[in-house]
Amino acid sequence: MNRKTSQSLAFWIFRVFGIIVLGILLWIIGFVVYNGIGVISWEFLTTAPTDGMTAGGIMPAIVGTMCLVLGSMIFAFPLGVMSAIYTQEYAGNGFVVKFIRVMTNNLAGIPSIVFGLFGMALFVNTLGFGDSILAGSLTLGILVLPLVIRTTEEALKSVPQSFRSGSLALGATKLQTTRKVVLPMAFPNIITGLILSIGRVSGETAPILFTVAAYFLPKLPNSIFDQVMALPYHLYVIATTGKDIEASRPIAYGTALVLIAIVLIMNILATMLRRHFGKKVKTG
Amino acid sequence: MIETKKVDFFYGDFQALKNISMRMDKNTVTAFIGPSGCGKSTFLRLFNRMNDLIPDIHLKGECLIDGQDIYARGVEVDELRKKVGMVFQKPNPFPKSIFENVAYGLRVNGMRDKNFIEQRVEESLQSAALWGEVKDKLRKSAFELSGGQQQRLCIARALAISPSIVLMDEPASALDPISTAKIEELIHDLKKHYTIVIVTHNMQQAARVSDKTGFFMLGELIEFSDTKKMFINPEKEQTQNYITGRFG
Repeated sequence: MNRKTSQSLAFWIFRVFGIIVLGILLWIIGFVVYNGIGVISWEFLTTAPTDGMTAGGIMPAIVGTMCLVLGSMIFAFPLGVMSAIYTQEYAGNGFVVKFIRVMTNNLAGIPSIVFGLFGMALFVNTLGFGDSILAGSLTLGILVLPLVIRTTEEALKSVPQSFRSGSLALGATKLQTTRKVVLPMAFPNIITGLILSIGRVSGETAPILFTVAAYFLPKLPNSIFDQVMALPYHLYVIATTGKDIEASRPIAYGTALVLIAIVLIMNILATMLRRHFGKKVKTG
Repeated sequence: MIETKKVDFFYGDFQALKNISMRMDKNTVTAFIGPSGCGKSTFLRLFNRMNDLIPDIHLKGECLIDGQDIYARGVEVDELRKKVGMVFQKPNPFPKSIFENVAYGLRVNGMRDKNFIEQRVEESLQSAALWGEVKDKLRKSAFELSGGQQQRLCIARALAISPSIVLMDEPASALDPISTAKIEELIHDLKKHYTIVIVTHNMQQAARVSDKTGFFMLGELIEFSDTKKMFINPEKEQTQNYITGRFG
């Protein structure tokens, strides 16, 4: 086989695999849209489930998931970004940092149900938050912490050293350098980490199972100490238990569609944010 | 005035500088030449303690600026770097506007007076011979400038905080001949107000811009004398070989 044929053969193999991946993704989305679009209506989005969850809408679950995404990000984002700044910009490469890195990676590998159990033990019982948005958000926050830390570290690493040297050579302190030069440059990539985290959090079921999720709760939360319904758990419930699974099947697809749509919308918003900051960095 | 006394410098176990004593006077241009890896950049970076950023380094001997040991205990490195500015090999403007690049050094040092900052930015850009080219687009990104303009912007940025010494680490090696000529002209003008130390690979450049030249090899200062003398009548054979291009 000459160079040209092998070149074009390789190209076609890559292309076919690329198309397969894209195809699987589109198939899943298409399947959910096809089966779920029928039940989507204003009423479906704005009312609570009725008739043993075989009719009505999913509004409490939408609100619940939104609360959990927001709550977990408020907790995990500042904490993760700051610890990444510490390990990447300040701590050098000593034993402590290596230890933190190893532990972060281990944390990322722990099955999510374990986080659920841990959250129940610590937040729900020991700290006495009960089944609540607070307990669920903290549990989800710990779950995505490694993701936030790692993406932030990568974002900081991608800022060339020459910008740090340039700033330090002007008599700027390390904190000024980090705040005024490094962080603005890393920000678009940090936002990417935020996008990934949001996607992860909104889809997780196991960590909220024992910490916040309600089986059926047709009202909205009043405070962070209330329980809520959440989309992934609601999906699980109506697909496996309930009065009449066959009857609630369309609602399950509708729920899945809404979940995908929420993640998609948040991704689009975050991408716009990223673009905005990317532009600002250039001319700022 | 910069003075070093018997300076040894180590990266871990590797000795990068060996027993270097030299003196650079006020308002002169001193050039360091020598083959790659000879230690000239390492030596330059001693004067604003840029080497501090590298882990596991070790210094012996004394390094004095205006009679003060800059490695003594209690020396504020930020303060030192205000006095000793630096221009790097590759232009490294910040991803900010032209104006903000020059104002950056003033701002991080606590200057808030808007009028003063504006005035200082203009003066610095003029000193760096860039004002005429950028005065109508100060709010544009520094990345829109050419490589040569970016390097002059970095010089303006260094001048803005009124250092007394400016270190230049191969400032023209990434630039085209015309931009290089501009930088060299600039160095000539800056000498009136600043003490300049420049590392260069280009021997003609050293001959053109400097008053004194130091030739480094394998971490040692082989010869240090008036530039004219060094290039016409060097004392050491190694220097002769290097400047006539027999190795290096």
